[in-house]
Amino acid sequence: MLGFVVRRLLGLVPTLLVIVALSFLVIRLAPGSPFESERGIPPEVLAELNNKYGFDRPLSEQLLRYFGGLLRGDLGLSTKYPQRSVNEIIADGLPATLLLASVALCWALGLGIFAGVVSAVRQNTAWDHGLMGIAMLGISLPSFVLGPLLALVFALTFYVLPPGGWGGLRHVVLPGITLGSFYAAYIARLTRSGMLEVVHMDYVRMARAKGLPEHTVVLRHMLRGGLLPVVTYLGPAIANLMVLSVVVEKIFATPGIGPYFVDAAFNRDYFLVMGIVVLYSVLLLCLNLLVDVAYGLLDPRIRYD
Amino acid sequence: MATTSPALITETEPLILGSSPMRDALRRLRKNRMAMAGLWVALGLTLACFIGPLLVRAIWGYDYETQNLAYGAHPPSLRHPFGTDYFGRDLLTRVLYGGQISLAVGLLAASVAASIGTVYGAISGYAGGRIDGFMMRVVDVIYALPYMFLVIVLVTIFGKSLPLLFSSLGLVGWLMTARIVRGQVLSLKQREFVLAARNVGVRGPGILFRHLIPNTLGPIIVYFTLTVPAMILQEAFLSFLGLGVQAPRPSLGALINDGAQHMAVFWWELVFPGGVMALLLFSLNFLGDGVRDALDPQLRGRT
Repeated sequence: MLGFVVRRLLGLVPTLLVIVALSFLVIRLAPGSPFESERGIPPEVLAELNNKYGFDRPLSEQLLRYFGGLLRGDLGLSTKYPQRSVNEIIADGLPATLLLASVALCWALGLGIFAGVVSAVRQNTAWDHGLMGIAMLGISLPSFVLGPLLALVFALTFYVLPPGGWGGLRHVVLPGITLGSFYAAYIARLTRSGMLEVVHMDYVRMARAKGLPEHTVVLRHMLRGGLLPVVTYLGPAIANLMVLSVVVEKIFATPGIGPYFVDAAFNRDYFLVMGIVVLYSVLLLCLNLLVDVAYGLLDPRIRYD
Repeated sequence: MATTSPALITETEPLILGSSPMRDALRRLRKNRMAMAGLWVALGLTLACFIGPLLVRAIWGYDYETQNLAYGAHPPSLRHPFGTDYFGRDLLTRVLYGGQISLAVGLLAASVAASIGTVYGAISGYAGGRIDGFMMRVVDVIYALPYMFLVIVLVTIFGKSLPLLFSSLGLVGWLMTARIVRGQVLSLKQREFVLAARNVGVRGPGILFRHLIPNTLGPIIVYFTLTVPAMILQEAFLSFLGLGVQAPRPSLGALINDGAQHMAVFWWELVFPGGVMALLLFSLNFLGDGVRDALDPQLRGRT
């Protein structure tokens, strides 16, 4: 198991190199420049600026320098916010984004798995149909519709929760629910179908035959099977969740990383765009690895050698 | 079904002559009430989106950009069933027009994604060996990218035109199709009919396009129907961020964004575009689910 993790970690390095190089080229080769909007810059100043950020050097050299910076944990300087480094901007926004994502994920997993289990155990009853209908609604209600609606009802009509901003757990409730609901619905469907798939398996019958109480059979044996597709889905789910959090952070004015990204892409703030892409890629790759490990722990049939 | 004796069939259901897998699937789909409801709602919405604005123009004489400042931000009324926006533009027309764009982008982007994915996956699976390994590694790498970020970068960089919008959505949406088709082709290419085709002298491309890809159509259609709502959602997501369709042309995402900003005062600006968007996705998702259950009973309940 340890060998597997180490080998996979080593395998991440080339993948990450390719991702960084590709995104670097796409962003750098695109038309436009970070200093385009400030019209009337004297050519000497422009040359000086390009020199400061190294944009006057050959592209290959810039890429190598970027890799060098990455090795030292230095993501470069922002061109839009000249006094700040990309590291600082990310360090500012990351806590809010991560807290929001964790709350959303807990909501999604808790609600989704619970609804999925109830639905599977009560298959083809009104409970099942009702829950799965709600799940379909959850999948079809985009977060940018759900978010404003929740804010309208809970913040602007009944004044129970703040409509936006930051500070304290109360502020994270609405954005967290908005961000997590789609995934809760999806996870409910996955849990249900995963459990129904193992209902007739021998090991479940065995568990029943040896007289285990029903809740033990459901929670210890069937749920294990039900969780497998959920775990597989978690990798891409977290990736999408991070992206969707851009929208949710915009709706609720959360001081996270998301809003920076769209602005940075607009302003051709090369290093800030790159920094956020690199951050999310590293997060994603690590999470996918974690998912693979969790998979092995859940399904005893899978062996890593 | 083919191996059961005719006598047995007549006992349970009327004898079906010349049944094909596709016809079986259609029959299963028609029995699925939720899927059929989804189909009719989606068709109705499509019709409304494409004919509605024309009717409105014929009767009341305005379209999505006709402003009437004296009649700005009015709640729903008989003359404006969805109300008007800040500039006095009819919200119903704007929502329907936005629906047109959503549907068009969804269908086109899903088609782009399905075509790229099918060809890529089929070539990868058919070639096998190192080429397959490399091609699938590429898919893995792109899959690991936070790809919506890539779309955002692409859209901000290359300007905000409609064709660009659906091609960049399609360009990143083909990965799952490629994986599914590759898996199918990997198992299909070992079958006798491929061997037979090769023996009578059919070459690689012929085998690929005449024999292998047609046999993977089921999963491709299934995934396509599920991709359409996903693409519509992503277009709305981009428009919501101000990266999609540009004003004065409306799109559902942009309308919802406007509505969200004024929702405390003009609730109808959020509720109607949001409701239509949700209804569209709801019906398409039910339809997609039904198509999957009908075409691929083994996949039932997955994804």
